[in-house]
Amino acid sequence: MTKSTEEIQKHRFEPAPKDSFDNEKIAKPQLSFAKDAWLRVRKNKGAIISLVILLIIVIMAIIGPHLTSHDGYEQDVSRSNLPPRIPVLEDWGIFDGSQEIGGVETNKYKDMNIDEYYWFGTDSLGRDLFTRTWLGTRVSLYIALLAALIDMLIGVIYGLVSGFKGGRVDNVMQRILEIMSGIPNLIVVILMLLILNPGILSITIAMVITGWIGMARVVRGQVLKLKNQEYILASRTLGAKNGRLLFKHLLPNLSGVIIINTMFTIPSAIFFEAFLSFIGIGLQAPEASLGTLIEDGYKTFQFLPHLMIIPCIVISIILITCNLIGDGLRDAFDPKMRD
Amino acid sequence: MAKYITKRIIYLVITLFIIASATFFLMKFLPGTPFENEEKLSIEQREILNEKYGLDRPIPVQYANYMANIVKGDLGVSFQFDNQPVTDLLKSRIGPSLQLGFQAMFIGTIIGILLGVLAAMFQNTWIDYGSTFLAVLGKSIPSFVFAAVLQYFIGVKLELLPVASWNGFTSSIMPTISLAIFPIATAARFMRTELIEVLGSDYITLAKAKGNSRMEVSFKHAIRNALIPLITVLGPMAVGLMTGSMVVEQIFAIPGIGEQFVKSIQTNDFPIIMGTTLFFAFLLTLIILIIDILYGIIDPRIRLAGGDKS
Repeated sequence: MTKSTEEIQKHRFEPAPKDSFDNEKIAKPQLSFAKDAWLRVRKNKGAIISLVILLIIVIMAIIGPHLTSHDGYEQDVSRSNLPPRIPVLEDWGIFDGSQEIGGVETNKYKDMNIDEYYWFGTDSLGRDLFTRTWLGTRVSLYIALLAALIDMLIGVIYGLVSGFKGGRVDNVMQRILEIMSGIPNLIVVILMLLILNPGILSITIAMVITGWIGMARVVRGQVLKLKNQEYILASRTLGAKNGRLLFKHLLPNLSGVIIINTMFTIPSAIFFEAFLSFIGIGLQAPEASLGTLIEDGYKTFQFLPHLMIIPCIVISIILITCNLIGDGLRDAFDPKMRD
Repeated sequence: MAKYITKRIIYLVITLFIIASATFFLMKFLPGTPFENEEKLSIEQREILNEKYGLDRPIPVQYANYMANIVKGDLGVSFQFDNQPVTDLLKSRIGPSLQLGFQAMFIGTIIGILLGVLAAMFQNTWIDYGSTFLAVLGKSIPSFVFAAVLQYFIGVKLELLPVASWNGFTSSIMPTISLAIFPIATAARFMRTELIEVLGSDYITLAKAKGNSRMEVSFKHAIRNALIPLITVLGPMAVGLMTGSMVVEQIFAIPGIGEQFVKSIQTNDFPIIMGTTLFFAFLLTLIILIIDILYGIIDPRIRLAGGDKS
């Protein structure tokens, strides 16, 4: 013991700082909400793979129609009903443009001396399916995003006001919500579309009419839980106005549930659009969405299955990846799942 | 409980009233009258027809008549199907729809529960991942995509089952499977989360500590308790089945309500659209009401909370 004190010389000691300012310093960089969530989403392999696949599809929806020289709307009956033919792959014996009709294998490309490549084949009017698939994906994603955004906007405002105001206002708003949620949204959408002319905007509006209810409920529930917490009380004591409480304190803390809910609205909107097209009240020709492509393809799919199967694969991939990302985000944002 | 039920029934009536009124006025907003396209009709004939169907009277009177008829169970007559009353049409077509619906619900929940229980009991093993993946697929892939693919591979390619017909049990297999996908996925996901939560609770630890075997704990204590909340997903399941039935019935050519509804939409047969809409709305709200009441009876915690679940 005595030896060690002798060995450390006096000048190597430093006086402790008088002000304790540095005591509170956090050595590691502060984790923002988004960063924290990202760190946890990153561990979920399924969500990350889904995110990459979805991004690829979104990029394809943007640039896909420009990748081939074929136009998605131009009709050329001499090129109708061609099966898929892809360079490179055709040398391996798949996607070489051959198809079986009544047990006999034929190759329309060779028979008709067509040199061009239609990667996904063509439909009955000779339109390139590759271009149309990505045009359709674009429209489907656009409708879904628009519907999700409007749902979010209305739902968040309604939920915030209802939960934050409380009392009589909340009571009335909740009763309205309860009655509205009793109306099956399928019925509202179908009725609306019978009146409005089917188009991108009218489909979106029809879906929004009942679509925001889920969001409003979730947001209200969260606001009720959060508004009695200490940090809100502290902020109010310091003189914060309602607007500041709502936007500076409540909204950031709600962002988790809002993002999750929106992430689940997108696939359901895509599904609904496709469903409406399939029963014949969706987008009208020549406009293409994944739903209309599936519906068109279904008419001839016993003989030309690729016309239906390709858009089906694309829509299924979009829906699966969206759901997996949503699941991943929910696990990441849910404080109960924190490890 | 009585107060809760009364409150819910009042809501049901209000909801149905709103839907009925909305359908009526929306149909009135549509341009044209049902007889406009019949060029053979003279003006006098048209007036007679208008009078016969009460279309010459002011809209408030028509509205009152329409509402009175609904209460009596009269939904009007179809333009398309030989002036058949809509109620008769619905009656003649409800059989196949109900059969498919129940088959799908039954098979769906049983397979779903099995998958969910397996996933929860073997959490974080390949069984769990497999079952969860299946559930995501079932939740994501639209029923009409599934139905069409099934029809192509099993019906057209392999010729194992009838492609599209309605006679006997074999023709109901493929539509039932297509419809059951959604209930399977919903039940499996719900069951898994619920069972994992139950398995982590104190009374399960106690049951284990008392020396019960894993199987005994699971079947006697855990699964029973996890099953109760499953009732709540029956509502969304019914909604999903109804949506699914429209396209699945159309794909497999089943003479059910869904198929007829889609046909009426395509041919603008408004009385049928209105009637079926009301019928669907009534059925759905009723199912959800019954489920909520059942849940209140089975789970006493809901009753204690005064019936306010939100």
